Amino acid sequence: MTAKETFDRLAAKFPQFPLGYLEGKDTAILVKGENLVGLAQHMRDDEEYDYCSSITGVDYPDRFEVVYHLYSTKKEGGPVILKVHAERENPMLPSVVSIWPTANWQEREVWDLMGIRFSGHPNLTRILMWEGFEGHPLRKDFPGSEDEYIFG
Amino acid sequence: MTQEDTVPPELKRNVFIAPVDWIYNLGRAASVWPVMFGVACCAFEMIVTVTSRFDLARFGMEFLRASPRQSELMIVSGTVTKKMAPQVVRLYDQMPEPKYVLAMGACAISGGPFKDGYNVVPGVDKLLPVNVYVPGCPPRPESLLDAILKLHKQIRAETIRTSPWYRKDADREIPVPEYGPRGLVLPKGDKS
Amino acid sequence: MTELKTETITINMGPQHPSTHGVFRLILTLDGETVVDVEPVVGYLHRNHEKIGEKNNWIQNTPFTDRLDYISPMSNEFAYVLAVEKLAEIEPPERAKYIRIIMVELNRIVNHMIAVGFLLNELGCFFTPMFYCLRWRELVVDLYEMTAGSRMMPNYFWIGGVSADLPEKFLPECKEFVDAVPGFIDELERLLTDNEILQMRCRNVGVLPPDVAVEYGCTGPLLRASGVPYDIRKAEPYSIYDRFDFDIAAGTVGDVLDRYLVRIAEMRQSAKIVEQALRDLPEGETATPKKRKFRPPEGDVYHRIEAPKGELGFYLVSDGSENPYRYKIRAPSFVNLQSLPYMCRGHKIADVVIIIGSIDITMGEVDR
Ligand code: SF4
Repeated sequence: MTAKETFDRLAAKFPQFPLGYLEGKDTAILVKGENLVGLAQHMRDDEEYDYCSSITGVDYPDRFEVVYHLYSTKKEGGPVILKVHAERENPMLPSVVSIWPTANWQEREVWDLMGIRFSGHPNLTRILMWEGFEGHPLRKDFPGSEDEYIFG
Repeated sequence: MTQEDTVPPELKRNVFIAPVDWIYNLGRAASVWPVMFGVACCAFEMIVTVTSRFDLARFGMEFLRASPRQSELMIVSGTVTKKMAPQVVRLYDQMPEPKYVLAMGACAISGGPFKDGYNVVPGVDKLLPVNVYVPGCPPRPESLLDAILKLHKQIRAETIRTSPWYRKDADREIPVPEYGPRGLVLPKGDKS
Repeated sequence: MTELKTETITINMGPQHPSTHGVFRLILTLDGETVVDVEPVVGYLHRNHEKIGEKNNWIQNTPFTDRLDYISPMSNEFAYVLAVEKLAEIEPPERAKYIRIIMVELNRIVNHMIAVGFLLNELGCFFTPMFYCLRWRELVVDLYEMTAGSRMMPNYFWIGGVSADLPEKFLPECKEFVDAVPGFIDELERLLTDNEILQMRCRNVGVLPPDVAVEYGCTGPLLRASGVPYDIRKAEPYSIYDRFDFDIAAGTVGDVLDRYLVRIAEMRQSAKIVEQALRDLPEGETATPKKRKFRPPEGDVYHRIEAPKGELGFYLVSDGSENPYRYKIRAPSFVNLQSLPYMCRGHKIADVVIIIGSIDITMGEVDR
């Protein structure tokens, strides 16, 4: 099944969620933040996309984007890619940990390095850097860090 | 004073007189025990150095010690990150005197390929005094062996009279850095 | 009689601990000897791969991928170059494709061998089995050194091919190695598989049911040991894996012993693949003409491969310049490690160490 067909089928199946079609090397589906959890629930229960491979935050000049790559261990077929946008000021998205527990650490990583909050996450703390570190290093405007301790 | 005029003739074959330093250093240099402390990729080459092909045991380093309190050499094998830095310093402080540090690999020397990282300490010598540097990314096991021989040479050249760790006022403890909002900060209450 | 009051205690293990496979800390909550909860704390080797990857240009990133999972550098490079090739629509020559498969499968053998060796180490069988396993790593490392010039960090895969053709001596020596692998695995199995201590300490320890494994996003031998025969080489064949004949090894219970057996079986399969690749290796070019300035078109791709530890994926965003706009690594160890608390609950503290060993993590990849 091509990505376009998958998209058409999903769009017909879930008229309650307005979806956007993003053409590209890997075709993606654009979802609104408030519909994400509802769609994810359907994807897992009805479409057998039981395996959420990766969650990535990207810092674009005008927005933050979080990309979800979904696969199925039960049926054939390439990924379904969901993209969600978040605004630049105080980015906040719903968490999908209740649907795919694997999202737990991945969302913590996105919060740590990219600074996107996930509402409803059980334990949204920094994972790679220490608590108390200022800033989110993977943002394009991260100033770099300075040490008092290390000279030279 | 030579062997001739102090040792009775019947003991000449059994008694051997040498400077205290010489004996002391011989014993120490032949049994340098490293702490088993693998940090990053270089740790793997360190493990390989212990295996039968390269056989570190030839140089009196039978086995990597699991506890810093039983060891006298710290092979910093890999990238020291800022998150790890307090632990590295704490480990060093826990080691008994005399103690040596061997910086293995480009990362431990200068930060190596990850020098620009926001979480990377650019060289472990920013934290600890380093005795031998081993360049390479990762250094081959042979170069680690060579570095250990260099360390033996250094140890042999030491003298018990000037060793800093026997002085009364010796304070070789290094203050442990703390996490700050932008990187490592000096511990609070430190005078310097 | 009044009941004895019990209290749980919290202890800290790591970040410097001989059995944590690098710098990694565990906060264990214990009730006597029994583990109530485990909280892994990672990040002690966070080397900023993703940030540095954005500063480097596309070609410079290949050697950095070597340092992710430093036990299987070739697989990391493979995933990265495939992702870039997908982005830029480059097709490497046939010979290069076969060489890549040979290298990657040799890497899988090495990785599993080390995983088995470390597992035995953690069972208390200090170093002897590992020395056996590392002896075989040395043979592969010599092959790498002969081809790429470096034992551990070969930087051998290039975008659009491999950096150099195989040296003359490679083929006979590689053949010799692959022919010897089954014999060595037999030897290892004679030594270990029916060993009572191994059986007793690994059977029904750290059981991960299949549905939980999928939920936690586990991949690689960890998932297959739970009985889910999901292997990306078969599920979504990349490169030329559809041309080879091999089986997917799968377990039934999903305990530590099954993971050990799956790794043993996968080594045999990898040796089989290398044999086929050596047989079919065509003559010809090994790289497309190289450009000094490499600028892939705008867009984003995700490409994943079955690395020895699980699904290794690269999500790359290009804005048409010489540097990646976003360079994200989906590391198998990082995701697999999440299942550790689930597997450890209810077991004894000594089992925690074995369970970590059976997941097979590399901190370079967990923390990136
Ligand atoms: S010097 Fe190279 S091999 Fe050693 S830790 Fe650093 S990156 Fe890894």
